[in-house]
Amino acid sequence: MRLNKAVSVYLATALLAAGAVGPAWAQLKVEVTNGVSDPVPVAIVPFAKPNAGDGGLDVASVIEHDLQGSGRFRTLPRTNMPATPTQPNAVVMGDWKNAGEDYIVVGRVVPLDGGNLAVDFDLLNVLTGQRVAGQRFTGTPSALRNAAHRVSDVVYEKILGIRGAFATRIAYVSVDGQPPAQKFQLIVADADGENQRLVLESRYPLMSPSWSPDGQWLAYVSFENKRSAVYVQFVRTGERRQVSARAGINGAPSWSPDGKKLALTLGGSSGNPDIYILELQTQNLSRLTDDPSIDTEPTWSPDGKYIYFTSDRAGGPQIYRIGVNPGDRPKRITFTGNYNARPRVSADGNLLAVVTQDSGNYRVAVQDLNSGTFRVLSKGHLDESPSFAPNGSTIMFSEREGSRASLATVSVDGLIGLRLKSEQGGVREPAWGPFAQ
Amino acid sequence: MRKILMVLMLATALVSAGGCASKKPKPGASQSTEVGANNGADSAGAGSDAANAGNVGADDDVAGPQGGLLAKRVIYFDFDSSDIKGDGNDVVAAHAKYLASHTSTRVRLEGNTDDRGSREYNIGLGERRAQAVRRALMLQGATEGQISTVSYGAERPAAVGNDEGAWAKNRRVEIVYLGPGGQAAPVQPQPQR
Repeated sequence: MRLNKAVSVYLATALLAAGAVGPAWAQLKVEVTNGVSDPVPVAIVPFAKPNAGDGGLDVASVIEHDLQGSGRFRTLPRTNMPATPTQPNAVVMGDWKNAGEDYIVVGRVVPLDGGNLAVDFDLLNVLTGQRVAGQRFTGTPSALRNAAHRVSDVVYEKILGIRGAFATRIAYVSVDGQPPAQKFQLIVADADGENQRLVLESRYPLMSPSWSPDGQWLAYVSFENKRSAVYVQFVRTGERRQVSARAGINGAPSWSPDGKKLALTLGGSSGNPDIYILELQTQNLSRLTDDPSIDTEPTWSPDGKYIYFTSDRAGGPQIYRIGVNPGDRPKRITFTGNYNARPRVSADGNLLAVVTQDSGNYRVAVQDLNSGTFRVLSKGHLDESPSFAPNGSTIMFSEREGSRASLATVSVDGLIGLRLKSEQGGVREPAWGPFAQ
Repeated sequence: MRKILMVLMLATALVSAGGCASKKPKPGASQSTEVGANNGADSAGAGSDAANAGNVGADDDVAGPQGGLLAKRVIYFDFDSSDIKGDGNDVVAAHAKYLASHTSTRVRLEGNTDDRGSREYNIGLGERRAQAVRRALMLQGATEGQISTVSYGAERPAAVGNDEGAWAKNRRVEIVYLGPGGQAAPVQPQPQR
């Protein structure tokens, strides 16, 4: 009985995720807030489709949204298309050249035996007439959207030379209402904000989602028992377990690159937050920092040798780095301004993203870890929780304007801004998952 | 710089009737597909406890003593400060006196911050405020075993708004009296994989 009452959280069921809760969710829209001056012109021609079984998904439209949303491409409106070929040999290059295009993508959705679908596509260079890429992705009808994102990844990489991150997922926290009627939801979605799935819902705060390196698990903080605890949850089945519910703060979990450990913040009964490393298999706990200040928000360097974290040991919060081997001493990393917190490191280990105080505003900034160059990227008043795309090209963060909160992205060069806007409710703490394996 | 303004309605397909048939996640549906491995039936739930979601630990929090300063349960703080100020000291003193004379009574101190800056750092700041109240209560006769603390950081605001009026209401510690059961028991961990 007592246990039942203590359980404040319920796991999403398949039916809930399938649409029953749809209208209550924060609906996301994509809006490009600024873009590069010379986007690549590309035409994504509507794909040939089988009559049934694909759920009516417009594959070309998903690709179009991906590429246009990246800010690096300009897609041709369908009403301006000279024709709608679906096979490469049906493309009359001259027509597309005249339409101002550099590239064209044509494709087909093909039904396979057993109910699966294949997505075939060809990427053609209109100026040279050459076929640049072509590939087939197969899967169940429900995986069709993912296949479309994979086509976007190929097109992006072939044209720009950078691995695409469209077929990746994000986790974020959505919040509705005020205490005591607050509703927290942990949600997983495609990187474009589509395909939202409810992972967890609670009346008490859910915080700090962190992906396992294989993209199968989420670690997070839940206050469902009116105290903080860290959980890990297998996303596909909803199976979860509590890994830390010690006295005081249990916070800021961060999965190690080898997937075996969590860095986290523990406060103890005396309330002094320090950084620890928890070995998931053995439950072994080792202490990394021991300082009367607030040490929190640990995150791993990609090589797994260092932890970057926030500490106010020098007064205001700044970013420090400490080796994971016992006995190392923290080294201060940020020196620009009075407030730098919530570090994240890019996959190549070269860039550090932080929340910085910038003339009274809280904004996302990056520091080049080699040169020390520090640059403010976002333009809002209350921006927070930066998270790198796995290809390092983009940072997702949350921003607030008035009572609205949104997810937004900015390219690491600051040139391209994109908003995944919340229609209702607050969205926050985006965590960009790894490349699919 | 040229501004491209493009608004794409996303997520509509998910809730539209036409989109449902193919999107209804089936347990195990994501297996054995080349493209579905990352993205299949992710929310095939492992049990639902929705029926209990509404009355979480409701038996733990009680009204506690009433009248005079004891009716006041909120201590406010200045920006970036965990110093108990002015009236707050009187409120803390009243509760300390009550706890000292009711040694089986227990309280939970809930630390909170305004919502600027980074969330987990704010958890640290909220805890610092809760600890400041805890120390003050103990200095005035309450014992360690009577007091637990939690920091909600910026997650449970008392007021909404991006102005000093709202922020000042949110930088606070709330004193919550607990019934004889005390703190809610932790949920049993799920079996390990």
